[in-house]
Amino acid sequence: MIINHPLLGPRDAQEFVYLGDAALIDRPDWQASGAVDRFYEYLYLRDNPAGMHRELWFHEQGDRSWLVVTRNTVTHEITSVELARDVARSRGRGK
Amino acid sequence: MRYSGFKVIAEALTGHRGWKPVWREPQPKPSYDIVVIGGGGHGLATAYYLAKEFGEANVAVLEKGWIGGGNVGRNTTIIRSNYLLPGNEPFYEFSMKLWEGLEQDFNYNAMVSQRGVLNLCHTDAQRDAFTRRGNAMRLHGVDAVLLDRDGVRKIAPFLNFDNARFPIKGGLLQPRGGTVRHDAVAWGYARGADLHGVDIIQNCEVTGFRIENGKCLGVETTRGFIGAKKVGCAVAGASSQVMAKAGMRLPIESHVLQAFVSEGLKPLLPGVITYGAGHFYVSQSDKGGLVFGGDIDGYNSYAQRGNLPVIEDVCEGGMSLMPMIGRARLLRSWGGIMDMSMDGSPIIDRTDIQGLYFNGGWCYGGFKATPASGWCFAHLLATDMPHLHAAAYRLDRFRKGLMIDEKGMGAQPNLH
Ligand SMILES: Cc1cc2nc3c(=O)[nH]c(=O)nc-3n(C[C@H](O)[C@H](O)[C@H](O)COP(=O)(O)OP(=O)(O)OC[C@H]3O[C@@H](n4cnc5c(N)ncnc54)[C@H](O)[C@@H]3O)c2cc1C
Repeated sequence: MIINHPLLGPRDAQEFVYLGDAALIDRPDWQASGAVDRFYEYLYLRDNPAGMHRELWFHEQGDRSWLVVTRNTVTHEITSVELARDVARSRGRGK
Repeated sequence: MRYSGFKVIAEALTGHRGWKPVWREPQPKPSYDIVVIGGGGHGLATAYYLAKEFGEANVAVLEKGWIGGGNVGRNTTIIRSNYLLPGNEPFYEFSMKLWEGLEQDFNYNAMVSQRGVLNLCHTDAQRDAFTRRGNAMRLHGVDAVLLDRDGVRKIAPFLNFDNARFPIKGGLLQPRGGTVRHDAVAWGYARGADLHGVDIIQNCEVTGFRIENGKCLGVETTRGFIGAKKVGCAVAGASSQVMAKAGMRLPIESHVLQAFVSEGLKPLLPGVITYGAGHFYVSQSDKGGLVFGGDIDGYNSYAQRGNLPVIEDVCEGGMSLMPMIGRARLLRSWGGIMDMSMDGSPIIDRTDIQGLYFNGGWCYGGFKATPASGWCFAHLLATDMPHLHAAAYRLDRFRKGLMIDEKGMGAQPNLH
């Protein structure tokens, strides 16, 4: 698989380390009410779709940036690659 | 029809005209007492034990493709019970004991071959860990032998003992471990279940559940609605997909694992050899092919095929352990989809929906579990009580912090 890095261009997926569902960006607030339940869901439960999946890849052997890759889990086709930082900011996160 | 040596000779003398289909092809009935989703090893074993051990006659297995077309027919056929943790070890040993009596039990040749499973160690720390594991096994009444370097050399002199990065320091041997003909496991259980009156319905995909007031009344399928008092789901790699239709999210990710087979060679390997440090394990099939594999590809996948980098990685591991296999040609590689659970251990439990039960999260180690998984799931479906040996495989263990983290990887299914 080739991942089209937004800054560095096309890179072999072997340069990356996989973390999992991009929903892991949305870490719950530990002080919110119901935080225990939300952390349980955040840590352990997954949608695990067959089809389009947004997921986190770490460019460990490159610029060490985190990317959000949208990939089809049935065909391995990659349709978009974004910097995880940009995704987090667009959701109102400071960093 | 019962198989026997006499029957084989009689058929040989009469031109093999007396063999009959091994199971029926019934039409689905409008309803059953128990419906099992998934005609893999676990679903078929569940149905078999439901009928044979728990006296449930009105049972159906629904399979979307053909039975045995899933992971039960794709795995590398290794059976062992060399686990460490209390929640696991008695369960896998229960499975091993069932394997040992399986062929007599269901009168079908599954080629259960206990030729030993040898795990190699390469560092002092790994040897300490294996010593501990071996002791845990012995405390559970399971066979385990710790070998030093010479002990390994006696069994497998062809290994690369001079590897500078991963020198072989010894190994942990489970002599009762080995391999089983995987297709025959599916066929034997299917035939056994059928003989006990279970309807095995192929080409019947479950597309939804009929749930009213928190109670499951049956399943929607490509062949219409089928009512059931109880529904058990055992669909391996499709666990998340099927249970999502009942509105559930699971602590599971689907990943692909590849396997490989070489051209047929003369008898070479004494048993199963695993090389954890190099991510490689190998055995030799009765036809002579070397059957081997390594790690999962590492990212969510529903493609029943792998990608090239892992093929390269596995073959490199193989070459560094047994340089002579570089001369053998690779015949085939293929992949299967596994439901990797968040702690690497399985789940056998009822759900919050009345009448709906779940069996899954077998990761890449569920073949050896087939008999015990079937038995324990049948126990749960028939009696509504967890079987003693599967009591730790609860769905809520993640919420409660009671994970069975055999590999110590935490909630990282791609690392298990
Ligand atoms: C390459 C590879 C190597 C492995 N090696 C080993 C090993 O050496 N030792 C070991 O112990 N384990 C091993 N495993 C793991 C083991 O194969 C699995 O854990 C185990 O087979 C899963 O259980 P099963 O046999 O019931 O699954 P399957 O045979 O996959 O059965 C599930 C069935 O459910 C059906 N299904 C899915 N969705 C639906 C639906 N909606 N409606 C109806 N039916 C449906 C599928 O078609 C399938 O037939 C390996 C796996 C792979 C892929």
